[in-house]
Amino acid sequence: MPADDQQARAAAPVEREDGRDTFPKLLAANAERFGARTALREKDLGIWQATTWRQYHDHVRDLSLGLISLGIRRGDKVAIIGDNRPAWVYAELAAQGAGGVSVGIYQDSSLTEVAYVIDHSEAAFVVAEDQEQVDKILEVIERLPRVRHVVYDDPRGLRHYRHPALISFQAVEERGRELARESPGLWAESVAAGRADDLAIICYTSGTTGFPKGAMLTFRNLLSMADNLNLVDAKLPADEFVSFLPLAWIGEQMMSLSASLAVGFTINFPEAPDTVMEDIREIGPHVIFAPPRIWENINSTVQVKIMDTTRFKRFMYRLCMPVGYEVADRRFQGKPVPPALRIAHRLGDWLLFRALKDRLGLTRVRSCSTGGAALGPDVFRFFHALGVPLRQIYGQTEISGISCVHAGDDIRFHTVGRPIPGTEIRISERGEILSRSASVFAGYYKDEAATRAALAPDAGGPWLHSGDAGYLTEDGHLVVIDRMKDVMQLADGTTFSPQYVENRLKFSPYVKEAVVIGKDRPYLAAMLCIDLGTVGKWAENHKLAYTTYTDLAAKPEVYELLHEEVAGVNETLPAAARIRRFVLLYKELDADDEELTRTRKVRRGFVEQRYQEVIAALYGEARQVPIDAVIRFQDGKTARLRTTLRVRELDEVALAGAEAGAR
Amino acid sequence: MDAAQLAVESLTLRFGGVTALRDVSFAVARGSITAIVGPNGAGKTSMLNAISGVYRPRSGRILLDGEDLIRLSPHARTRRGLARTFQNIALFKGMTVLDNLLIGRHTHQRRGIFAGGLYYGPGAREEQANRLVVEEIIDFLEIQRIRKAIVGTLAYGLQKRVELARALALEPRILLLDEPMAGMNAEEKEDMARFVVDTNEDRGTTVVMIEHDMDVVMDLSSHVVVLNFGSKIGDGPPEAVRRDPRVQEAFLGQDDAEAAAEG
Repeated sequence: MPADDQQARAAAPVEREDGRDTFPKLLAANAERFGARTALREKDLGIWQATTWRQYHDHVRDLSLGLISLGIRRGDKVAIIGDNRPAWVYAELAAQGAGGVSVGIYQDSSLTEVAYVIDHSEAAFVVAEDQEQVDKILEVIERLPRVRHVVYDDPRGLRHYRHPALISFQAVEERGRELARESPGLWAESVAAGRADDLAIICYTSGTTGFPKGAMLTFRNLLSMADNLNLVDAKLPADEFVSFLPLAWIGEQMMSLSASLAVGFTINFPEAPDTVMEDIREIGPHVIFAPPRIWENINSTVQVKIMDTTRFKRFMYRLCMPVGYEVADRRFQGKPVPPALRIAHRLGDWLLFRALKDRLGLTRVRSCSTGGAALGPDVFRFFHALGVPLRQIYGQTEISGISCVHAGDDIRFHTVGRPIPGTEIRISERGEILSRSASVFAGYYKDEAATRAALAPDAGGPWLHSGDAGYLTEDGHLVVIDRMKDVMQLADGTTFSPQYVENRLKFSPYVKEAVVIGKDRPYLAAMLCIDLGTVGKWAENHKLAYTTYTDLAAKPEVYELLHEEVAGVNETLPAAARIRRFVLLYKELDADDEELTRTRKVRRGFVEQRYQEVIAALYGEARQVPIDAVIRFQDGKTARLRTTLRVRELDEVALAGAEAGAR
Repeated sequence: MDAAQLAVESLTLRFGGVTALRDVSFAVARGSITAIVGPNGAGKTSMLNAISGVYRPRSGRILLDGEDLIRLSPHARTRRGLARTFQNIALFKGMTVLDNLLIGRHTHQRRGIFAGGLYYGPGAREEQANRLVVEEIIDFLEIQRIRKAIVGTLAYGLQKRVELARALALEPRILLLDEPMAGMNAEEKEDMARFVVDTNEDRGTTVVMIEHDMDVVMDLSSHVVVLNFGSKIGDGPPEAVRRDPRVQEAFLGQDDAEAAAEG
């Protein structure tokens, strides 16, 4: 990486200060440090009920001693299943305090998945939230001889249950208090016996094939992640966070356990799964971490509500948003914001942004990130226009959650930012993203082969193989392309992901469908279907008359418009894998023509077969393709269509210029 | 089980020349779920209305823990621990769910208009206590999300649940449900069935319900009373009642019943 890398800060020390190197030790320290400050909050009976760090610690201690009195041994696994509630984190920390390992299970898992994870992890204890989860466990408990106790939190509906393994949370805590009276120093000893390299959690990841794999993560892994992330994305003890994604997921573990314990900020648990948005609004969190669908959802909700609101509010929205977008775009491009625009933005904040953010619970947000999948630039722009500093993060379970993040104002739609301190990223010869840090996991539980495959020792130690294809930009930003197995190669061996490029193209409002070709060919080419709605509207606004889809798609002006869009996408692609030529198809791809699946995915093979003449032209000399096609309508009728398709070449000069610029 | 909590004795109800209920007697055991079933026009809702005090029967007695209710007004019966829901939802549609439930607490309000009008003092404490009861019911019926929603804007199945919530806000000893699952989809029915069972088991409330769906009746109730043309034709545990030829006849028609008996 270049020397001027602004993000090359020193990594957090490998050994944490004062020996606070496990979760239970941190909890005990926080109980001393913060005492009566609020650690957890849960909305119950319509009121946010607070739990102080001291109470948090005491619950965990009692439960932990209770588990000890029930016979938990160091290294035993404790499976936990339930919605996000204080009891979930108590259970995890109690298990760890007794030297055990926490195994989170997704609350909406099927019976088979629940049984598999409990069986594979050899869990001796299961902590289940309520009747729904207890029912799942009891259904399969005959097949799980290792399970000794099932601890439940919410007794509702369980009054007639008589299974000998069942025991309530309260009963376990009571046993713990009894044990504390008999041997007062026991828990402190048990906590002190914990080591940074002890296993903290086994995080089961849903593989696309076969059964989930259990990633073993140590306290060192989890805490070094939290410490290093905190160096570029600082969280403060006074921060608020709303925990609403499954606690079995590494991202939620990272925020609600590692980061909260390391920093001391407050975790808020929603009242019910369907009150999350309302609860976020009430809390007004400083830190938010959510997958793209949440952000997309907020964005589209706002758009819809603006349509339905009063004329005055709609007027304000239309008045202020362009100012927000202008400021956001300038910041994205690294351009200065002139003073007049700055004042206008301030005014917009007074008139609109502040009120809108308050509605969404985003008024106080300082650190907010999206991860897991790509988020469209429009959604990014929307939040930045409001002044919500949304950023992309990247990582996987095997590296304790996060390896890369956008830092500060350095936000780009197509990258996932730079490695966090203490993390090295490198691209293998095959184009795979490899990473190395203190947070890389200890291996998959009971799966040597998978562990070897993920941690293939390389020059200078083991690198984590992500299975993702990607590349680094000149200034050190990581771009994730696709899963390795979906990546293709050009004739010269350059890797590219058709799906990645297609998605970027489809982020344009004018592109409905895109098919990118290039496998074993000299360059990339694209077949685009225009979006009749938006392009039609654009044509109307530009006084461009057209008759049919085919007619509109053949207009030189429309080609010009789409040319700009493709050129824009090209700027975000590596120079060797840019779109050189494209055509606008004379019809939309259609499931009735078997070109799309019913879930609207392009059937690549079929489409390439069907449009082979077009593809031949994309790689040939001719600039025109005569088309003589048969179109099938929904009612089964067919029509013959004759037209001439033009192949558009992206300006070679511009291409060369862009190459030079990227270099 | 101890003596009947609710006893209906020789109840007869007439509207002019029409006899809606003819000399009907049955007993509801404490802690039971008792279902009243019957074809359309059998007099089921009339029975519920007679018990809750909407209709005044010609003769007979309705005993709640030994006390005859027959001369009491509906609100006096409510105060003694009867609460009901209606076949056609009867909520304040323009008010929020929360306000509807708080109104359900009205019978438990002891403080007068003056104490209630002050921000501090016993009125405030009472209101807080009432809010707590209501919030527990909101939690129990899992309607946190719609706490502040206007009732009229809610889906039908949810309104039914809110109506149950308001009845529970009265903290009744006996809950009368008039077709709690009518017009619901399968999922909503399942939810409602679970809430009825939980109300009965966890809150210890005796439930008397009218229901058309025989599967629901067989699943939930511990006791079934069958009415036909205003008379009782069956009374007993669900399985026994289902096998009773008179009941089969009333439900299926005579020919079908014979076919069913043969088949």
